[in-house]
Formats: sequence, C-alpha cells, structure tokens
Amino acid sequence: MHQNTALIQQGQLVRLVELNRKKLTIYINGVATEALEGDTLLTVILTHQKFIRQTEFSGSERAGFCLMGACQDCWVLTEDGSRLRSCSTLVQANMKLVTPKANP
Amino acid sequence: MTQPLKPVIVGAGPAGIRAAQILVAHGLRPIVIDESARWGGQIYRQAPSNFARSSKQLYGFDASKANSVLSAMDSLLSKVDYRPNTLVWNAEGGQLDVLHEGNTSAVDYTDLIVATGATDRILPFKGWTLPGVFSMGGAQVALKFQGCAIGQKVVFAGSGPLLYLVAYQYAKAGANVMAVLDSSHFSQQIKAVPSLLNQAAVFAKGVYYLAWLKAHGIAIHHGATPTEVMGAQSVEKLIWRNSQGAHEIDCDAVATGYGLRSESQLADILGCKFVFSNADNSWIPQKDVAGRSTVQHVYLAGDGAGIQGADAAEWAGELAGLALIEDRQIQQQKNHSTRTEELAKYLQKRIAFGRGLSIAFQDPKNWACQTTDDTVICRCEEITAGDIRQSAQSTGAQDVNRLKAMCRVGMGRCQGRMCGPAAAALLADCTQQSIEKVGRLRGQAPIKPIPFVQSPTLKNMSSDTKVAT
Repeated sequence: MHQNTALIQQGQLVRLVELNRKKLTIYINGVATEALEGDTLLTVILTHQKFIRQTEFSGSERAGFCLMGACQDCWVLTEDGSRLRSCSTLVQANMKLVTPKANP
Repeated sequence: MTQPLKPVIVGAGPAGIRAAQILVAHGLRPIVIDESARWGGQIYRQAPSNFARSSKQLYGFDASKANSVLSAMDSLLSKVDYRPNTLVWNAEGGQLDVLHEGNTSAVDYTDLIVATGATDRILPFKGWTLPGVFSMGGAQVALKFQGCAIGQKVVFAGSGPLLYLVAYQYAKAGANVMAVLDSSHFSQQIKAVPSLLNQAAVFAKGVYYLAWLKAHGIAIHHGATPTEVMGAQSVEKLIWRNSQGAHEIDCDAVATGYGLRSESQLADILGCKFVFSNADNSWIPQKDVAGRSTVQHVYLAGDGAGIQGADAAEWAGELAGLALIEDRQIQQQKNHSTRTEELAKYLQKRIAFGRGLSIAFQDPKNWACQTTDDTVICRCEEITAGDIRQSAQSTGAQDVNRLKAMCRVGMGRCQGRMCGPAAAALLADCTQQSIEKVGRLRGQAPIKPIPFVQSPTLKNMSSDTKVAT
C-alpha cells in the first residue's frame, strides 16, 4: 500500500557490534525488513533508512533524538493504528509498522 | 503506626537500587517502578538479554561499579515488588497513576523515593532537527544498548563529561569520529583542575579519554560552537565556529548535549518546592542533605534532583533510604548514624567537584543572542527562536510558562524536556532577566504521553488491587 520511495537508501544507524543475533522479519509500510532480536523498532527502521516519520506541522523528516523515551520524537504506528515509541519498544517477529507521514 | 508502610521507589538506576537495598535491609518490601525493561538506569543501562558484550565492554572503567549496582538489584528481586516497563504518569493524594503495557492502574504509597534521573541538556543550533542529530546520551544508548553508531561519520559537539566519554567509546568501538567540538575553553578546564581533583578517580578518567582521543589523531577543538547542520533530508555537514571564524566538517551524524538536566516532573506534580541551583543553572526540587523533599514522606535521590553523577546517586539513594527509616522510627542498624554522616560527607565533597565541572564545561558563549531567528527551539511544536523573541516582545511575557501559553514553546509531547533550558535562556536574554527570574516550565500530568483510551476518566475503574493486599 505505501511506497518506500524516498526511504530506500542507506540507513542512518550503523551496526558495529552484536551482529550474531537471531534474524527476524518485520514489515515497515508493507515492505519486508530484516531485524535482529533485541533491536528496538528505532534501530530496525534507522538501519534501513534515514528517518522515522514526518512532523505534523512542517512535514520535515525526523529520526528520533534522545533514544531514551524523553523527546517523544520517534513515534510510529502499527497497522491497526496504535502508537509505539520506537526507541523503547523491542522488535517482535512479523510486526507491521507504519511510519507517520505529514498530512497531505 | 498501625497501618503498614507502602514504600514506593520510582526509578531503578543507581539511586533507586541503593534506596531499595536499604529498605529491604530494614524489613520493608518496596515497590520499585521503572520505565525501562531492565534495571540500571541510563548510566548502567543493560543491553537486551540476548546481547553478548561483557560488562567491561559495556561500562569500561565503571564495570565494577556497574556490576555492583546491577547485582545488588538482582539479589533484591525476590524481596521487592519490581515493576519494569512501567511509567508513573501522575501522582495525587498518596496514589501514583502508572501505565504498564497499555493499561493504567493506581499504586498507593505512604512513602515515596523519587529517583527519576536525568536526560541531556540541549542547546539547539540551526538544523538540529534533521535526521542524524542525536543527543549525546542518545548516541551512547545507540552503542551501549543496540551496538550501533549514530552514523558513518560522527561529530561530537557540546560540553560536559559525556562529550569525551562518548567520543572515546565510539572511537574504541570502531566508529569514525570526525571531531570533538567542546564549547568550553581549555584555559577554563585548567582553572578547574584543583576542584576536579577532589574526585581524583573521576578526573583521571576524563583526562584519559581526552589523551586517548588525541593519541588516536581525533581532532579536538575547544571554544567551538556548532552553528548549523546542513543537509537535504539528513545530516551532510556541520558548520561550527570558534575565535578564528567559521569551519565546516563533512559528516552524517552529530551528537550534542551540554551536560544533563534533571527529570523533575514527578517531584513537581507531588508539590515539592523548587530552588534555583547555580551549579545546574536551573530550578531543581529542594531537598535536605539526606534527600527529604519539602513534602512529608517524599524523598529525592540521584540526578532527578540536581546533577551530581552516578556515584553521588548511589550515596543519595542509600541516604534517602536511611532517612525514611529514621523518619518512620524503624529499628535502625548499628552503624546507622555513622553511615549517614559518612554519606552526607561524600555528597558534600561532591559539591566542590560539581563547581569544578561547571568551570571546566561551559555553555557556548552568548548562546542566546547568537542563536538565529530561524533556529527551531521546540522540536515538538516547531517553534523557532524568532517566534519566541517575537512573542516575548509582543506579549510582554516575563515567565517561561506565560511564554509557553503565548507561543506554544514547551507545550508539545516532550513537555519541554528538550527545549526548556534553551527557551529559558532565550527569554532571559530577550527580557534582560536572569535564568532564575524567568522560572521553569511546570510539570503536568500525564508526565509523558499515554494512550488516549487510558485517559484519567478510566483511572478509578482499574485501581490495582494487588498493591492493596
């Protein structure tokens, strides 16, 4: 349903260590995406693309900021519409996430 | 005392854990509520359980301290009511409203130890909302908790002990550290040495990180301020300036922070009185030496009530626990008063070190007046420095809460955690007042966003009976 057009590019985060973990698949905007067990949703998203969401007001891209649950800048949606703070939610296999887009 | 005590500790970092240890040692069974999935707080944050790095790799020189704190909690697990993944979002009349896995409930308390910790103190620069700019602590979390660097080419820009520590941790883990930009001047840091020697081991670590970075050819600039991050959709370069002029660094990530700021919203909602702290350049909840707040049976420990670091948090947590025991006239252990005095002495000594840090690590000179009108200050509501200045001028707002009502700065989801210090500095500059005079953004429930269906209307329908029994 969603197109990951602008999002298909190298990720923002770079994995340095802890690479030998079990692989999982989740779906970001309908696209199958590889994750490692123990990743936060933020890590999964930002190891594949540069940003997490667009702001409600200006539509500018955001990728979270504080990574410790304080700035509230990394919220994503599940396909059924609930909101998850991606920096403090660990990934589960087959999760279906939607990255928030600016209002058209 | 006919009713049994229901002590609750909020926060399972070094302060909360040491407090819990004292209460358990005196026969109490506290509820320990923590927002994280695993204990340790931010400083001793544990990686997810399937991660393999040793504590030496995770915590470096602080591995033995980390092990001590983490294992203390491990041995308390059967003796406390530990509630991880739980957010305290409101407090009223001896009851905390908590959110756990999407469900809200109430937790009664008779005694409360607030050990809520801190987050980075941020001074924004143009472009800081671009993907690729993260807080200094956030950069550390990425590495420690997720094994990731925030980018391929990382610049560390800010001030405070974390600046050199995180840059060192990144370089050591194999990340590409492009530069360390310290807003403080080296001469200031030399001046601070006598006070810093007061905590010689901590000072020695700082010197080591700096020397290591230099020895590994990493550029370190003092008196350096980031002025603008540029990039189409994410960070492509950073412009910074020093006394010699403007410079440019090619990078794809920036970590920034100017020390830490206390997470004091809960203390605020509890009605604790606040005082202005020169060391923090901010309003913090008032406490006595032992951690008693101005509200009876509410204690404050750790960085949530003024920044003093992890060691002091351990002492303050233990001391707050001892104060609670004293105040409730619970049978004291033999060494109670000597230990109390000893801990108070450690904390007293730490104050001089704190003064040294505030000399050694200074904000960018004239940050407020140098910040351009088009710089976003409040990243939630996308309020710029220009909006703030215009609002201050047109409305005559003299206080940050008035300013917030007028232009929405600090009104977003983070409740001013990221923009609060900056908004106060800008308003102080516009109105020719001190930071103290412009006040502080008041904490409000919910302390952090909660799902809409969990709004307070439901709160009395789901009171947690497990607590009462």
